Amino acid sequence: MSAPTTNAIEAHGLVKRFGDKTALHGVDLAVPTGTVTAVLGPNGAGKTTAVRILTTLSAPDAGTATVAGFDVLTQAVEVRRNLGLAAQDATVDALLTGRENLIMIGELHHLGRKDARKRADQLLEEFSLTEAGGRLAGQYSGGMRRRLDLAATLVARPPVLFLDEPTTGLDPRARAELWDVLDGLVDRGTTLLLTTQYLEEAERLANDIVVIDHGRVIANGDSRELKRKVGGDQLRLVVRDEDQLDHAAAILQRGAGAEPQIDRQSRTATVPTSSGVAALAAVSVALADAGIDVDDLGMRQPTLDEVFLTLTGKPATDEPATGPNATPEEITR
Amino acid sequence: MSAAPAPDLHVGRSSQPIHDTWVIAKRGLLHMRRQPEALTDATIQPIMFVLLFAYVFGGAIVIDGGAGDYKEFLMGGIFAQTLTFGVFGAAMALAADRKNGAVDRFRSLPIAKGAVLGGLAVANLIKGLLPIILMSLTGLVVGWRTHSSALEVAGAYGLMILFTFAMIWVGVLLGSKLPSPEAVQGVAFVAIFPLTFIASTFVPTESLPGVLQTFAEWNPVSSLATALRDLFGNSTEASYAGAPWPVTHAIEYTLIWNVLIIGVCAPLAVRIYQRSIAT
Ligand SMILES: Nc1ncnc2c1ncn2[C@@H]1O[C@H](COP(=O)(O)OP(=O)(O)OP(=O)(O)O)[C@@H](O)[C@H]1O
Ligand SMILES: [Mg+2]
Repeated sequence: MSAPTTNAIEAHGLVKRFGDKTALHGVDLAVPTGTVTAVLGPNGAGKTTAVRILTTLSAPDAGTATVAGFDVLTQAVEVRRNLGLAAQDATVDALLTGRENLIMIGELHHLGRKDARKRADQLLEEFSLTEAGGRLAGQYSGGMRRRLDLAATLVARPPVLFLDEPTTGLDPRARAELWDVLDGLVDRGTTLLLTTQYLEEAERLANDIVVIDHGRVIANGDSRELKRKVGGDQLRLVVRDEDQLDHAAAILQRGAGAEPQIDRQSRTATVPTSSGVAALAAVSVALADAGIDVDDLGMRQPTLDEVFLTLTGKPATDEPATGPNATPEEITR
Repeated sequence: MSAAPAPDLHVGRSSQPIHDTWVIAKRGLLHMRRQPEALTDATIQPIMFVLLFAYVFGGAIVIDGGAGDYKEFLMGGIFAQTLTFGVFGAAMALAADRKNGAVDRFRSLPIAKGAVLGGLAVANLIKGLLPIILMSLTGLVVGWRTHSSALEVAGAYGLMILFTFAMIWVGVLLGSKLPSPEAVQGVAFVAIFPLTFIASTFVPTESLPGVLQTFAEWNPVSSLATALRDLFGNSTEASYAGAPWPVTHAIEYTLIWNVLIIGVCAPLAVRIYQRSIAT
């Protein structure tokens, strides 16, 4: 038996190489039991690679990790008993019905036939899939498939959950529904590690946010700390007539107390603000007084791109399509 | 905040290899039932082959030993070809499971080591019985008869099951090595398809030209066909005169191949499979 730990997930110096491409350059993680951590990063950052190592699917080239106090390398079976994994591409079995999918997972968790069925029906109910339970999962919509996938990870009530981009490809409503489900799980004490490309999602769900880029942790903290680093909310203004853009930007600067960034092509001015809605109201009155035609004015969160721009000094880049050997620019710091 | 959920008491602690293998095998069988193409390959295709060859080509191909013998000659060959195609059932299933993440899902569960491949093998073995039964029945309908002891007939069916099992491991090898079911299909056409035709499956090897004849004589698909004919009492011993050892001792030669394939391919396949998933 291993000693109880306060961190449900812990990783030290994880390194993973694919040929001469290094996907992880020494990643540390610590997720306290019962909390939610979001791993935020653009395409190719190494999110899936990290999740695969933590869920015993892949062995690191260096570093150690434990899940629920068990070592992912030497105690893989114990780790698997304690985790649920929803992989990036929902891996439900398309040729099995929703119910059969859940029963099969239950049987593979050794629940016994009767209990596996009972648990399957329970989960179908919980995820509003009772009616669809008898249909082949291949005929489900993307949202239903995601829900079934998540239900499948919960069959054995694992204390630690790994969700790899659980809401990618979902419409806003389905996304909000999934968030509610996750809230419920966390309320019941589940430890959750999720990966995402959306800052909004990380903020909404997570106690801690780990930002990774090119296989390195580049920022780490709760969402307030992170926002302080990247500048938090922004006021964004789009004018109808480009000639009025400079005048509008000046008004924006006065209202928000910082110098706006101007993009002439989209007739947009953006400025970070800490006073939120009050600044928005003040700016909108001032713009009206000055007789400026406004196409759009609102508060927004920095996008992932902007977060990366702030943290790394360059935009989040997609991995070149040519594959693992074609990455000339590693971050060298 | 409420406490962490108590560990589920129903979750078993001990490893249950047989149970896990069977659960995954059941899934494989369900897959077969729900994939029309796979089901056709295992049912309609062998029946059609028997009918086609018996009635369409049967008249044109004359086998030494008299009229009516082609159907008897044919059956061993059709059995051998269909069982060889069994490679693809296993290979396609595994390649698909690797590609669509099913293998990863299984591996993230606390199941017994080997249950994924074991389940695949069991499902494909059961699946392999279907064409054997259907071809036998169709053969009987078109006039195929055995002329040997019950023991020899049983031996023939035993040999077919052993060969089916051996082919599964060749399939696992292919399915672990190739990136997708489409790639598996590609190999089918360039490798396995010719292998089943440059053989004594449909015509006696004496009718083949030089090099091809030698190839066909040593081809294990031929030897399975010949072994089955011998065991069913469907062969004309006269045609073996001067033939090399694999032809005159087809049963032994086939057994050697089976043992070789299972003994070499199975461990190799397991190794390559494990390497293919450990990225
Ligand atoms: N099996 C593999 N073989 C070779 N390279 C790989 C393999 N898996 C991942 N990589 C590479 O490792 C890097 C990290 O990939 P990973 O899938 O972890 O990124 P990610 O953050 O999950 O991206 P995404 O948001 O697109 O899912 C990428 O450059 C990727 O090309
Ligand atoms: Mg990923």
